[in-house]
Amino acid sequence: MSRINDVGGMEGFPPIEQDLDETPFHADWEAHVFAMNRALIGAGVYNLDEFRDAIERMAPEEYLASSYYEKWFHAIRTLCIEKGVLNEEEVERALHAG
Amino acid sequence: MSGHHDDAPIAAQVRGLEALLEDRGLVDARELDRALEAFLAGSSPAGAARAVARAWTDDDFRRRLLDDANAALPEVRLSMGGGLQEQRLKVVENTAAVHNVIVCTLCSCYPIAVLGPSPTWYKSEAYRSRVVRDPRGVLAEFEFDPGPDVEITVWDASAESRYMVLPRRPEGTEPLDEAELAALVTRNGLIGVAAV
Repeated sequence: MSRINDVGGMEGFPPIEQDLDETPFHADWEAHVFAMNRALIGAGVYNLDEFRDAIERMAPEEYLASSYYEKWFHAIRTLCIEKGVLNEEEVERALHAG
Repeated sequence: MSGHHDDAPIAAQVRGLEALLEDRGLVDARELDRALEAFLAGSSPAGAARAVARAWTDDDFRRRLLDDANAALPEVRLSMGGGLQEQRLKVVENTAAVHNVIVCTLCSCYPIAVLGPSPTWYKSEAYRSRVVRDPRGVLAEFEFDPGPDVEITVWDASAESRYMVLPRRPEGTEPLDEAELAALVTRNGLIGVAAV
């Protein structure tokens, strides 16, 4: 069965929004998510395929409601917990401590 | 994207998780800054534009680029390495009969090593879903019409294999040198949603 990320040919999406400023990151937190992911893959916590998989198995409604780097942040949290480097409780606390 | 909703809550969450990971020694703030700087330094399609200009002016290079891009790129000081893993690059050439467009329907695969970061729209469900079903309609949204007799080929990238379009050299550019030609090449042209 295909997952929600497999959108090729799917109908019902809105028109394409072209961004004229062309900046890679639209907010500072996006750059931080990008760098965090690179560091965690570099440290061997997980690999690129596991990262992509963690995005692609998001619940469809959450996948569709999330921006690009929100999906990345979701996958980072999922994998840090699944790989045992952080536990669910401390992640939950950290999310509210920033 | 940031205009759609308030960024403050997620920004705080990202700070919180980053602090926790730093605390555990899993990420290092200075290392993050360095990685970002390196990424942003390479964040333009200037390298790919150089390769296109060379292909326009040197037919042997053009053939090598189309045959085996990974092997030809070092000739213009480019490489598909440098990221987390080296991917295969296939360069697809626009002709009078065929126009090429690239996409990643499954996620956001893109030749970052030579094109820099991809535009947000490239990663959107709207582009990914529709360019494979209605490429002409999508190109029209970019105000580009390759012409009714031109066949459109859409290349769907994967984790291991990336694509880049070699646009057609615009007419009337014979007097231009390589650097001037490179300046004509746009990121959208290399994706295939513009002529050049």
